[in-house]
Amino acid sequence: MSLKLYVPRDAAALAVDAEKVAEAVLAEAKIRGTEVELVRNGSRGMLWLEPLVEVERDGVRHAFGPVSPRDVAALFDAEWGDHALALGPTEEIDWMKRQTRLTFARVGVIDPLSLEAYEAHGGLKGLRRALGMTGPEMIEEMKESGLRGRGGAGFPTGIKWDTVQKAQADRKYIVANADEGDSGTFADRMLMEGDPFSLIEGMAIAGICVGATQGYVYLRSEYPEAIHVMREAIRIARAHGLLGASVLGSGFAYDMEVRVGAGAYVCGEETSLLNSLEGKRGVVRAKPPLPAIEGFLGKPTVVNNVISLGTVPVIFEKGAAHYRDFGLGRSRGTIPIQIAGNVKFGGLFETAFGTTLGALVDEIGGGTASGRPVKAVQVGGPLGAYFPRALFDTPFGYEEFDGEGGLIGHAGVVVFDEQADMLGMARFAMEFCAVESCGKCTPCRIGAVRGVETVDRIARGDADAIPLLTDLCDTMKDGSLCALGGFTPYPVLSALMHFPDDFHARGKEAAE
Amino acid sequence: MPTPPALADLEGRLGAILADHAACEGPLLPILHAVQAEWGHVPQEALPIIAGALNISRAELHGVVSFYHDFREAPAGRHMLKVCRAEACQARGGRAVEDAARARLGIDWHETTATGGMTLEPVYCLGLCATGPAVMLDGRVVARVDEARLDALLAEVEA
Repeated sequence: MSLKLYVPRDAAALAVDAEKVAEAVLAEAKIRGTEVELVRNGSRGMLWLEPLVEVERDGVRHAFGPVSPRDVAALFDAEWGDHALALGPTEEIDWMKRQTRLTFARVGVIDPLSLEAYEAHGGLKGLRRALGMTGPEMIEEMKESGLRGRGGAGFPTGIKWDTVQKAQADRKYIVANADEGDSGTFADRMLMEGDPFSLIEGMAIAGICVGATQGYVYLRSEYPEAIHVMREAIRIARAHGLLGASVLGSGFAYDMEVRVGAGAYVCGEETSLLNSLEGKRGVVRAKPPLPAIEGFLGKPTVVNNVISLGTVPVIFEKGAAHYRDFGLGRSRGTIPIQIAGNVKFGGLFETAFGTTLGALVDEIGGGTASGRPVKAVQVGGPLGAYFPRALFDTPFGYEEFDGEGGLIGHAGVVVFDEQADMLGMARFAMEFCAVESCGKCTPCRIGAVRGVETVDRIARGDADAIPLLTDLCDTMKDGSLCALGGFTPYPVLSALMHFPDDFHARGKEAAE
Repeated sequence: MPTPPALADLEGRLGAILADHAACEGPLLPILHAVQAEWGHVPQEALPIIAGALNISRAELHGVVSFYHDFREAPAGRHMLKVCRAEACQARGGRAVEDAARARLGIDWHETTATGGMTLEPVYCLGLCATGPAVMLDGRVVARVDEARLDALLAEVEA
């Protein structure tokens, strides 16, 4: 009997012993004399089921999970069929069926380092189509797709590219912002570990479009697996002529490399990222000049999030209209939402914009992992607002969340159960800002420290400190140079506004 | 872990690292990562040589080294435990793991045990937010960590 099995190599699977599962599969196969073709794929995104092992039978993949190394022998006994861990055909699982996977179409499906598998699943079609277009035609395609920056700012990607294309310079750059530091987000990591060629293809299209010949992936050091996979993929792409002096024989030169960050959260902000890339302190730059005009080493630079760039190939493969026709209002296309924290079914869920927060948390996420009621949901990372259940009807979209005093950021959704102490979370937001502030502007550098002290005063029962905290937040919002100091008030003020009991009751308890 | 080469070799080895990065645009961070991979920290003795090679002031270089959490000015312990302190891990019981790590090792954040066996660092997100609490031990990520799993990890490296 010959078997084709898939054991993920995504960091979220490796962190729960996927490597030992893979070893156990090979060892067990050897004992039994079974021929096994073992594919190390990315993750399907159903992270509560990791390690999720799949067997391919008659071209259909069947899932088993979560598999521990000691389950492997029994799974072989059951011939990877009827077993307590069997979940049925992977694509038929409700979580998968409800998604629209465009950016993540290949993630978890293919061996991330097989360029052959990449092409067999639609890869390089976008780049080949782009090579037949002029630069301005490519810009039009991007504008028509409606793609906006997936890092959180939501700026239209096509307009940014247009600026760089029109800028006159001897050298231009494409920079992928892979400094995914927001808690509750892992989409960049999963894409780079599960389908690195999509990022390479997207950056190559961007480079050819705007006339940039060199690209950098600024990748955080906390993601060793992503660094490894991305570097391997670049090496393979170069060996196959996808990168280099003449991309796919087109005559256009484009090459790229990975640069590793050094543990500074603020380097996810594009101007401090550029300083870091240049070898400086990761201090924020004042804008203007925009990076599109004066970016890396003073040259015109496209700085886009990994997901934005990783979505470019599918836009060119299927056409801008196909992408644009998904979505809601001014939020076009799909968004890979990361459902995390205290949630029963956590993972990566790509869907068209417009799903309500409540559907994401209760239906798709299945409520809390602890079984206790949901108290708050933080959307958009450490700088995102805490939403109470009363706002669960908010549809997932840039403007829709903004309208409720929040932001979608990089689309991380972190669920907290009723044990969460919202005063403690507000304090943590200020503490985090103090630790990670680059120090350039006063409202952020000093405001964050004073913020921690002020929250501590409230915790001790000093109600006079509450208006002081709101006032401080206003100063940080209006006076900070970048989103770190400017958005830290979101979690703080939303916690205060939606969960006042955690602030006032605390005060009363302490006073009594 | 291999014993770090004596600092006596510093000039030669550093020279090789600098030569490797001669064609690099914005070479300082890659150089510092390479230096730290070689010696486990960024030795003071290396700073004037790097500054000279890149034609930047020593003050500027110090500013860069001290800005980033990753770069160490002194060697760490033989092992390194990084515990995620970010919100998603907190929502899954991360605070208990943080407290347990500090209590078991008897040290606070950024400290090294008296035997030099373990350094404890906070980390803000390892991207394992649906399977937290998460830690990183010597560069290997581990998720779904509770106190028992933490004990097992520490026992593995005898810390």
